[in-house]
Amino acid sequence: MDDATPATAPRGKLSALARLWPFARPYRGLVTLTFGAALLATLAQLALPLVTAAVVDGPIAEGDRSGLLPLLGLALLFGVAEAALFFVRRWAMNRSCLQLERDLRDTLYQRLQRLPVGFHDRWGSGQLLSRATTDMSTIRRFVGFAAVFLVVNLVTCVVVLVLLLATYWPLGVAVAATTVPLTLLGMRWERRYNTESRRVQDQQGELTTDVEEAVQGIRVVKSLGRSGLVFDRYDAKATRLRSLELDKVRTLALLWCLFELHPQLTLAMILVGGSLAVSSGALTVGGLVAFIALFTVLLWPILSLGFLFAFAQETASACDRVGELLDAPLTVTDRPGATPAVVGTPARLRFEGVRFAYPGAAEPVLDGVDLDLRPGETVALVGATGSGKTTLTALVPRLYDVTGGRVTLDGTDVRDLPLAQLRSVVATAFEDATLFSMSVRENLALGRPDAGDDEVAEALRVAQAQFVHELPWGLDTRIGEQGLSLSGGQRQRLALARAVLGRPSVLVLDDPLSALDVHTEALVERALREVLAETTALVVAHRASTVLLADRVALLAGGRITAVGTHSELLAGVPAYRDLLAQDSELTEVTR
Amino acid sequence: MSAPAESWRGVATEDTEELSAGAGVFLWARSRRLLRDLLRPHRRTLWLLLLTLLVQNVAWLAGPLLVGIGIDVAVPALVERSDAWPLVWVAGAMVAAALVDTALRYVFLTRSGRMGQAVLLALRRRVFTHVQRLPLSFHEKYTSGKTVSRLTSDVEALAELLDEGLDSLVTALFSVLTIGVVLMVLDPGLGAVALLGFPALFVVARWFQRHSTAAYRRTRETIAALIVQFTETFGGIRAVQAFRREPRNDELYAALNEDNRRAHHRAFWLIAVFIPAVTLIGNVVTVAVLGIGAWRVIGGGLAVGTLVSFLLYLRRFFDPLQDVAMFYNAYQSATAALEKLSGVLEERPTVPEPSDPVPLPRARGELVLDGVSFGYTDRTVLPELRLTVPAGQTVALVGATGAGKSTLARLVARFYDPVSGEVRLDGVPLHRLSDADLRRAVVMVTQESFLFSGTIADNIAFGRPEATREEVEAAARAIGAHGFIAALPEGYDTDVHRRGGRLSAGQRQLVSFARAFLADPAVLVLDEATSSLDVPSERLVQRALHTLLADRTALIIAHRLSTVEVADRVLVMESGRIVEDGTPADLVGGTGRFAGLHRAWADSLV
Repeated sequence: MDDATPATAPRGKLSALARLWPFARPYRGLVTLTFGAALLATLAQLALPLVTAAVVDGPIAEGDRSGLLPLLGLALLFGVAEAALFFVRRWAMNRSCLQLERDLRDTLYQRLQRLPVGFHDRWGSGQLLSRATTDMSTIRRFVGFAAVFLVVNLVTCVVVLVLLLATYWPLGVAVAATTVPLTLLGMRWERRYNTESRRVQDQQGELTTDVEEAVQGIRVVKSLGRSGLVFDRYDAKATRLRSLELDKVRTLALLWCLFELHPQLTLAMILVGGSLAVSSGALTVGGLVAFIALFTVLLWPILSLGFLFAFAQETASACDRVGELLDAPLTVTDRPGATPAVVGTPARLRFEGVRFAYPGAAEPVLDGVDLDLRPGETVALVGATGSGKTTLTALVPRLYDVTGGRVTLDGTDVRDLPLAQLRSVVATAFEDATLFSMSVRENLALGRPDAGDDEVAEALRVAQAQFVHELPWGLDTRIGEQGLSLSGGQRQRLALARAVLGRPSVLVLDDPLSALDVHTEALVERALREVLAETTALVVAHRASTVLLADRVALLAGGRITAVGTHSELLAGVPAYRDLLAQDSELTEVTR
Repeated sequence: MSAPAESWRGVATEDTEELSAGAGVFLWARSRRLLRDLLRPHRRTLWLLLLTLLVQNVAWLAGPLLVGIGIDVAVPALVERSDAWPLVWVAGAMVAAALVDTALRYVFLTRSGRMGQAVLLALRRRVFTHVQRLPLSFHEKYTSGKTVSRLTSDVEALAELLDEGLDSLVTALFSVLTIGVVLMVLDPGLGAVALLGFPALFVVARWFQRHSTAAYRRTRETIAALIVQFTETFGGIRAVQAFRREPRNDELYAALNEDNRRAHHRAFWLIAVFIPAVTLIGNVVTVAVLGIGAWRVIGGGLAVGTLVSFLLYLRRFFDPLQDVAMFYNAYQSATAALEKLSGVLEERPTVPEPSDPVPLPRARGELVLDGVSFGYTDRTVLPELRLTVPAGQTVALVGATGAGKSTLARLVARFYDPVSGEVRLDGVPLHRLSDADLRRAVVMVTQESFLFSGTIADNIAFGRPEATREEVEAAARAIGAHGFIAALPEGYDTDVHRRGGRLSAGQRQLVSFARAFLADPAVLVLDEATSSLDVPSERLVQRALHTLLADRTALIIAHRLSTVEVADRVLVMESGRIVEDGTPADLVGGTGRFAGLHRAWADSLV
């Protein structure tokens, strides 16, 4: 799984550009039109020097003013055609490159959404973001601009070279020979440029991660007054980015200069060679003028090649970076032939010898968990901080897959169920109540967009979240990202309401009442009991009050279930349990 | 929209779909001001670059002139007199010009690159610092995704302008100017013909400018919307996957993505019209020059070489105009980005540091809330609150959700300033303290224990960056986090990964607790800071609190009354008022609200 870690891997060959082909395919008509128009426009461009030569050798040489007009008409025709073709090229290019960018970004987003949580644990979201924006727009600009010119300018060079050879071949051969050192030196610097641009892109991702953290952790930063520290970190990365960018600038400057110097020296060579040819009678003055005029058409194409090749390199490494994400294995996915199985409401949930280790961790977190939840039963999961309770709950909706053993629903391995079915029968309330910036209603109906008003009202009642009716627009109030404008207790109740909405077959609640005050907690408990009576539930609990919602309690320690029983049984018979759950008697004594 | 200028300040315009002409001009001027501001420190470099480009352009422009001389002078000399010297001179001059041109080009590219990077770094620093300084109320309404997009994609739009823009603009303008002069000198008649193209160019450019400003502004907005959706999705990926939100998110993102495509398409369409129009004008002028020039050559009024030079120059005259168009494109895009950036920069920190702070190097921790009122936009949360907390006292705040406990805590930590009244620490109003003194004295721990990427030790040391490893471990030991940290594969050097994904909520809370203790403030504010802890951890924390709170002032908000019991004093709040005030023992023994709450809590323990 090496390719799934955000390590810098400067590979970037131009062959990486081939990745874009599947995305360009649907627009190949437009792409062809773009290239066609670009080539024709270039040919139209060539017409002007040729007409000029014809004017010099024809009407001017012969002093024939009447012959001038048809030639000028021809030149005007080509001039208008060139502009029209420019328009067609740009129009077609815009359509194709923007659609390609959109498709690629959609694909990336869709893929990322389906990559397992384990993947997202490892990747900074800043790295993901910089790939979905910066790299995408690099690719778009390449496809929409550089790719066309790269091809067109190369073709122009070849066509003009052929014309030069036709005009006066000895000089043409000399011009062709000058491209050899140009290519050799150019390739060397292109390779260097490629490495440098990959470094820059990766550093941009790092910087984005820093920005995200600084913004999302703003409360911590402010409350500890660490703006200075956070800034220094950011600054160090931004300064490093600058020095990487400057490396790139230097190499690009070398490339640019190489491609700028070459045509000028060649022009001097042409003048000398051409003059000698004229003096020996092998070439007319008009021929020399045409030769020079043709060559000047090449000035820009040659000059641009340095830049365009550099751009191609940059795009290749952007493709690599995007490709790393697209290639990351979808490890949590429907098994081939997974078909919906019958899962009752409530369902039977069983953990059979479940093992789980985080990638790269030496010790497994769960090491043979056996637990059987009968249909309709509520089991509280108790364990010390960091004992793996949350990890165990994440295995049920397959946010992670077990590394050993299995989890079954009504006898079917959860990995044999289609993900869509599994995740619709299992509902989870996470310990950190993630809310999205959309209306309260949308947040609640996240998993069940078809939920009716009465179902929503019922869920709100169970979670004692009727406060939403007092929000400015009630259920249609848009709550901020992560529900920032709500208190912790309010967010937790909304997350709970979301989980119980639609009465799932299996309910997984991760410490669902931790942020509630005693009064609200009692109300929620009372209402929640009705729901728990009809569903199978696994409830992570830190408090005796939460444990009392359950029919049985399971104690998780050392990666295994070490005791199962009712609260009072465990309290009486298991010292480790008593240690975890018995309220702080000694402290209570202090004030009593 | 005929709103007064005030409503355009800051980020207020961001959600306005259609801007009035006045607002548009206002924004445009604001973004140009920012650009000028950023470039000001580089004035000397800019002049130097200008000079470099000037000389370089002269060298570059010498080429066609020398070719013309070559054809008119050197070729006849060679053919008629077998005199090779003029040719040698001309060719030598061409090589020299090429070398000078290339060398100066290198200087220009590296120097302008360095300047551009310096500008970007300055902008990044400025926006980042400013965003850090903006109050929480800003961050609460401006989603983090938007801020991120300002600091990434908008800054990059300016990078594009600096990378390519300056070069193409200056080169092109110089070429146009110098070639214009050369053309006039070479042949005023033909030069005048060439200049006839200008009025047409002007009309086309005006048209482009008028439409593209709005078009590019739109692209900045659509890309920001994409970024917001993106960061939210992957910030909450667990919930997304567990609730099968993927298909709906696909739709939402696809719609935003399509909006973004349309916005770009509109902007690019404008260029697709603009650039060919420039080309067309150029071609028509060239044909006219060719015709008139040839006519005059035939009549003997013009040398062939001059006409050839003229046509070569003309080509170099119009080609750069396309570059100007491309520059304009980058410029419009950057201006739109700068509009957004300047909006964020214009947001005033409403909780500013005083310019002449009262020094408070060692706070004792006496807190006074003197007639403090506070409310969010429409409703008052705290009306006229009066409270004195002597130094060293531990106060527990109790009350239902919405009673104003968190607001009180936030005022003490100066996340907000009160609407009226004052919060004083050791007699000094908080808004008169420097940030360094205030944050050294008052630290708040909230229930969202945000961890930064880096090791656990880094995260604890966030409380006091200069702390040694021993001090970090001592802080962890003190609150009972040492046990789980030592058990991790790399102990204190374990990377917490993205936002602490690998640690449980309780462990994250312990780390953020250790962080606050390491900071060693005179006043500690705990807002639900132990909600995710299990009982043994909480017990450890409370034991630690007993010793740690002994010599400092503390404000504790907790739903678990077990935490309250370490307090010297309990305040029961209701609708922003303090309704009960006394020692825990007194209140428990009484008949008030706290006694009721305490009974309910004791019952819940079973």
